[in-house]
Amino acid sequence: MAVMTYREALNLALREELKRDPDVFVIGEEVGLYEGAYKVTQGLLKEFGPKRIVDTPIAESGFTGVGIGAAMVGLRPVVEMMTFNFALLALDQIVNSAAKLNYMSGGQYNVPIVIRGPGGPAHQLAAQHSQSMEVYFYHVPGLKVVRPSTPMDAKGLLKSAIRDDNPVIFIESETLYNVKGEVPEDPDFTIPLGQAIVRREGTDVTVIAYMGMMYRAMEAAEELAKDGISVEIVDPRTLQPLDTQTIIGSVRKTHRAVVVEAGAGFAGMGSEIATEITEEAFDDLDAPVLRVTGAQAPMPYARNLERLKTPTKEKIADAIRRVCYANGSR
Amino acid sequence: MAVTKVVMPKLSEQMESGKVIKWLKKEGDPVQSGDILAEVETDKADVEMEAFGAGVLRKILVPAGSTVPVGSLIGVIAEANDDINSVVGQAGAGAPAAEGGAKVPSDAAAPTDAKPGMADRPATVPPQPRSEDPAARKPSPSKGPEAPGSQRVQEAVAQAPRTLQTLPSGDGGRVKASPLARKIAAQSGVDLKLIQGSGPGGRIVRRDVEAASTAPAAAAAAAPVLRPVTPSVTGPEYEDVALSPMRAAIAKRMPLSKAPVPHFYVTSEIAMDRAWDLREELNALEGQPKISVNDFIIRACALTLLSHPGVNASFQGDRIRVFHRVHMGIAVALDEGLITPVLRDVHAKPLAQIAVEARDLAERARQRKLRAQELSGATFSISNLGMFDVRDFSAIINPPEGAILAVGSVHKVPVVTDEGLGVGRRMALTISCDHRVMDGAMGAKFLQDVKRLLEEPLRLLV
Repeated sequence: MAVMTYREALNLALREELKRDPDVFVIGEEVGLYEGAYKVTQGLLKEFGPKRIVDTPIAESGFTGVGIGAAMVGLRPVVEMMTFNFALLALDQIVNSAAKLNYMSGGQYNVPIVIRGPGGPAHQLAAQHSQSMEVYFYHVPGLKVVRPSTPMDAKGLLKSAIRDDNPVIFIESETLYNVKGEVPEDPDFTIPLGQAIVRREGTDVTVIAYMGMMYRAMEAAEELAKDGISVEIVDPRTLQPLDTQTIIGSVRKTHRAVVVEAGAGFAGMGSEIATEITEEAFDDLDAPVLRVTGAQAPMPYARNLERLKTPTKEKIADAIRRVCYANGSR
Repeated sequence: MAVTKVVMPKLSEQMESGKVIKWLKKEGDPVQSGDILAEVETDKADVEMEAFGAGVLRKILVPAGSTVPVGSLIGVIAEANDDINSVVGQAGAGAPAAEGGAKVPSDAAAPTDAKPGMADRPATVPPQPRSEDPAARKPSPSKGPEAPGSQRVQEAVAQAPRTLQTLPSGDGGRVKASPLARKIAAQSGVDLKLIQGSGPGGRIVRRDVEAASTAPAAAAAAAPVLRPVTPSVTGPEYEDVALSPMRAAIAKRMPLSKAPVPHFYVTSEIAMDRAWDLREELNALEGQPKISVNDFIIRACALTLLSHPGVNASFQGDRIRVFHRVHMGIAVALDEGLITPVLRDVHAKPLAQIAVEARDLAERARQRKLRAQELSGATFSISNLGMFDVRDFSAIINPPEGAILAVGSVHKVPVVTDEGLGVGRRMALTISCDHRVMDGAMGAKFLQDVKRLLEEPLRLLV
């Protein structure tokens, strides 16, 4: 184990996979000479050369299409979106080509592509650059969607994504690139897609959260522990396929659940998880499942308004108290 | 981790208290969910009690031989290192009414002001402790269930009214409760209608059910301490014998039938000669189960009820429920009372199977080994006092059934035959009917067809 940042963990995963498999290549805006807008591809051009680390024009639809074509003929492209908000420009390529070619070719083609980059709210990036883009993708049959919260997960899941024969949407976060954590240096270390993890054990309530929201839920859990409320935190890590078994198992134990997501709540991941819980564990529930989500509004630029739009530690703690009937609202 | 409260389960609709016959696990034994923890005597039968949680049986609060109200905490399952003091503390004094202490000699001719036992109280009234309960008389501040600290008693008293009042619901009587609360209530026998919910909008949540399941025991702990009984110089003039659970259940249940259900009675005399002969013939066959007269009657009633569904029916307030299947209640006399196990789907069973199953039910009834589900769900009942040389009698309907058949002895009587005077075997059947469900003619026609089957008994075999 080595302690490294989330950024370094991603870089290590890319380097190991580029070394392991000559079919792997990286393509995107500023990934080569500039070494990545967020420096995730640092040193890769020097080490692997311009055939494996390909700089492109500002043309998301074009280079995503190049990646899909390359994947169809046997390569394993890793396409970087400078931010995932830009993936909207490539949505037709992703949704109509990458996700569907295996099905529509009757299995003659598969598309082993990874499309990665940062997404979700960060700090004052305003309406167009703060979107939780996962919701656009996990709805589409044929795509896998990963949201890794820790450096270890970043490395282990990115390696699994590259080795997967299906298109994988891999959304990182600007706010997590500098987070440090232990990361196995073993080049064979991977984390399978579709496995949630219990980040914190507790007995009174299950909080399901990922990425920055997972860290805020942790803070809320620490605070509530002082009031005697024991919070279990489950991080799904992969949103599609979703590991409902781990979530349901935890809810069966705690009998209460709160789902946190940064994006707007309507028809979001929280709705999906709340429904899964209701369908699978209704008789184990002592309270309705609550969601803590971003407001149904574009992300404001002003810091005070940004805070109002976003789930905070306080909002999460309040929801936890409510499902535990511990907020005095009798 | 999880602390599981073991409470006296509610094993039948009318069960209000139960006695721990014996514990099959000791304190300190590991327990898996589903393990049999103890045997419990209910008002009707002895049943095995399963564990609903895993861990270690940390505490037994109610020793074998003691009787406590349904829902009372009787034990605690937890991990070996869990702190169970708060749970045990909540139970306060589960003050079990030890059966040995239930027989209380009176020291004077003055009428006692004995409170009714818990078993015969209406469910909506919070159970009060028995004033004669010796356990309540000698509080020792030391340990265990029968020794509440005074502060704990106050807590229990403060808590009891909240959890036990019957509360008006502004929602058409629908109880708002979380799914988990409903599940726990069903398992622990707590009546949700009697609980005030502490969740939003009065929703009953887990903690409310758990509090309620320990509250009756806590309330019992708050019993006023009575002066000790001074032994009388001349010896007791009489003694009050506490109601056995079964006697209490019968005492409570029968007025609920006789008073509100308008009974009428129809009696018919059956010539049993041919049935008698056929029975002897059948019982002479090797390898066949022995068949009783009652088995013939069960079979005859089952077949007849199929063609008289109006008798196989139950009054439901604004409608009559007509059953398409026949579940036969068979009254079995015991030394201490009466029990009516149910033979299910008897209309679909041949005579030999009826004989085997009825005998099994009766034997297990006498051993008090019936399962809870074998004691409910009858659509019609038969009560046979033939073995006591009874000519005829009338039975009380067991609601919600609509009728019951009372069977007298088969006895020899002089009969007029074509040749003159002969000897015949006769038996009287008296059906008691709920007049809200049926009328006299329906009962009479039913009896007529039963009579036909018994007098032409080969029909029972086809």
